Amino acid sequence: MSDRRARFSELRLDHLSRRFGDFVALDDLSLSIAGGEFVALLGPSGCGKSTTLNLVAGLLDPSDGMIWLDDQRLDIVPPEKRDFGMVFQNYALFPHLNVADNVGFGLSLRRVGKAERKERVQRALDMVRLGDQASKRPGQLSGGQQQRVSIARAIVTEPRLVLMDEPLSNLDAKLRIDMRTEVRLLHQELGLTTVYVTHDQAEAMSLADRLVVMRDGVVQQEGLPQEVYENPANIYVAAFVGYRNAIDGVVLADGRVDIGDAAIAADHRNSRLAGAPQAVVMIRPEDVVIDESPRPGGNSIPLVVRVSEYQGRTFAVEGTTAHGVTVYGYSEHPFRPGDHAIASVAASSVRLYGEEAPNGAARAMAAEANLAASGRLT
Amino acid sequence: MKSRELDIPTSPPGGWHALVGGWARAHGFTSAVWLVLPGILFMFAFFIYPVLYGVGLSFQGRDGGVSAYVDFFTNKFPHDSGSFDSLWTTLQLAIPATVICVLMAVPIAWRMRRGVRGLRTLTAIVMIPMTLGSVFVAEALNNLLGPAGWLNRALQALHLVRAPIQLTGNYTGVLISLVLTGFPFAFLLMLGYASGIDPSLDSAAAILGASPRQRFFKVDFPLLLPGATITLALSFVLAFAVFPSATLLGNDAGPTRVLSKVAYTEYANANYANASATAVIMAVAQLIVLAIVFLGRGRIYRGSTMGGKG
Repeated sequence: MSDRRARFSELRLDHLSRRFGDFVALDDLSLSIAGGEFVALLGPSGCGKSTTLNLVAGLLDPSDGMIWLDDQRLDIVPPEKRDFGMVFQNYALFPHLNVADNVGFGLSLRRVGKAERKERVQRALDMVRLGDQASKRPGQLSGGQQQRVSIARAIVTEPRLVLMDEPLSNLDAKLRIDMRTEVRLLHQELGLTTVYVTHDQAEAMSLADRLVVMRDGVVQQEGLPQEVYENPANIYVAAFVGYRNAIDGVVLADGRVDIGDAAIAADHRNSRLAGAPQAVVMIRPEDVVIDESPRPGGNSIPLVVRVSEYQGRTFAVEGTTAHGVTVYGYSEHPFRPGDHAIASVAASSVRLYGEEAPNGAARAMAAEANLAASGRLT
Repeated sequence: MKSRELDIPTSPPGGWHALVGGWARAHGFTSAVWLVLPGILFMFAFFIYPVLYGVGLSFQGRDGGVSAYVDFFTNKFPHDSGSFDSLWTTLQLAIPATVICVLMAVPIAWRMRRGVRGLRTLTAIVMIPMTLGSVFVAEALNNLLGPAGWLNRALQALHLVRAPIQLTGNYTGVLISLVLTGFPFAFLLMLGYASGIDPSLDSAAAILGASPRQRFFKVDFPLLLPGATITLALSFVLAFAVFPSATLLGNDAGPTRVLSKVAYTEYANANYANASATAVIMAVAQLIVLAIVFLGRGRIYRGSTMGGKG
């Protein structure tokens, strides 16, 4: 269903591929974006998300496949004729023009009259709360202000589609969260169809109507943020959206998974075993309660505590099972290294993924996603 | 709490010598400053002293004082009947040659700013005229463009011209040679400036609706302009001192008698004051042109060429 303010009903990426020499940056991506929708492409660096964005923008040509905007074939149209807006990671403001001329750049190319241009530039700058900075040069602004100018520049032409390439990743943590809200508000206010690229799962989930999780140029999962968060399609997506605990085990006859120290049960709907003999148990640290005694009615894993960090309100605890598996969880009270503890997890918080064999690759993949997800702050 | 400023003693504990030492250190004058001494001595011995000596010499003309300058401007040098005209001859060669070089270098460097296939080979080829020196280039051009050169022989063989086209021994020959030797220098400088422009600016302009032409004129050109003025200034200095090509490819008895040739002839005939006065006039003429260029440069944007955080 498309937003009635949108200027098209469907943007369709049709079997899109892009190769750089032998390297496949994007492999056979098909995706449909409805007018007015806010779609986030999520994945670690090198997953193909920026390549996708550049293909849509026209800054790159696809090696295979086509892009359609309703019944207009877009991939043969040069970028300047696509009527899009784009926000770059490094802002890409014209350093020789002041803020107002930067924002008005697209309008003057569209031969919008001087008076109207001035008014629209002012309106866009007011919208990003920079109304009083119009005559400054970009170099005189802070990073957050520069990125707001760049957002104003991208939306002032009321483009058919707004593309955002990790717009917040150069900002510090607090500003990033403020700007996230601003981007969301702008989208609600203007209803501009937006494709947003990020490696920050929290950013993607809070902003997007729909998530597309990518890895190595291939789409891993596509769906509502809640869907992806609650029901990751595979180990990789699970690890990327925060299921940091990944434990190998053997599938038992009753559907539980034996991880050596305990048999882990999961709700049937969260179990993707598909008759496989082996499985990977994935659990979010937030769902693991670490205490001296087990909580009733859940899975319990005995641990020896390795690290306990106070994080305000709770303690992040890291422990090791007798089989040497690391478990991450939270506790109400502190532990000392070497203390014995029990990790309790409700069956509804466990995700099981079937494997044909104890799969080092799966673990490596989860570790890689973990690394990519935790490295997003850098 | 007491402020730190108040703790500074009114009289230095180590005496005034230590105070001066402290002041010196605070302003960056450490013992490492002595390392620049050889450089200063060298500059003085091989640049400042000769320049001052030359200026002094220029005031010892026929009748002392400014007589050498008067002789220059009234075309009364004993061996150079048209010394003042040479000033215009030189400017008429140097300015067009410089402008042509920079006008060619800017768009070509802009086209190649992202690197092109075989950039290194191309750069090497472009560099050749610069490394070979102007004498070699002049000889080569004589063989190529001279009355019996390959070009004229080819044109005649094809019956396109009846008589050889006069491309050497005149203004055209010198201009071609100046452009050929000056271009690599201008190009390499401009390539550096062009590749220093943030490529995302071009992408941003494209998405905002700018055609390749508009991107060049509205984004890249304004950002290249400060670099282009520097290139213009340096290329001009190179072209202004032209000597070998003016002699070998031009006609230094008349139409391409440049200032360095005038200075040389006067010097060779032991009219040291006249030669020095010519050199001083050359320097002043160059400085005037450079001042005009930099005055213009002061009016344009000369800041960062990046679009934000890198």
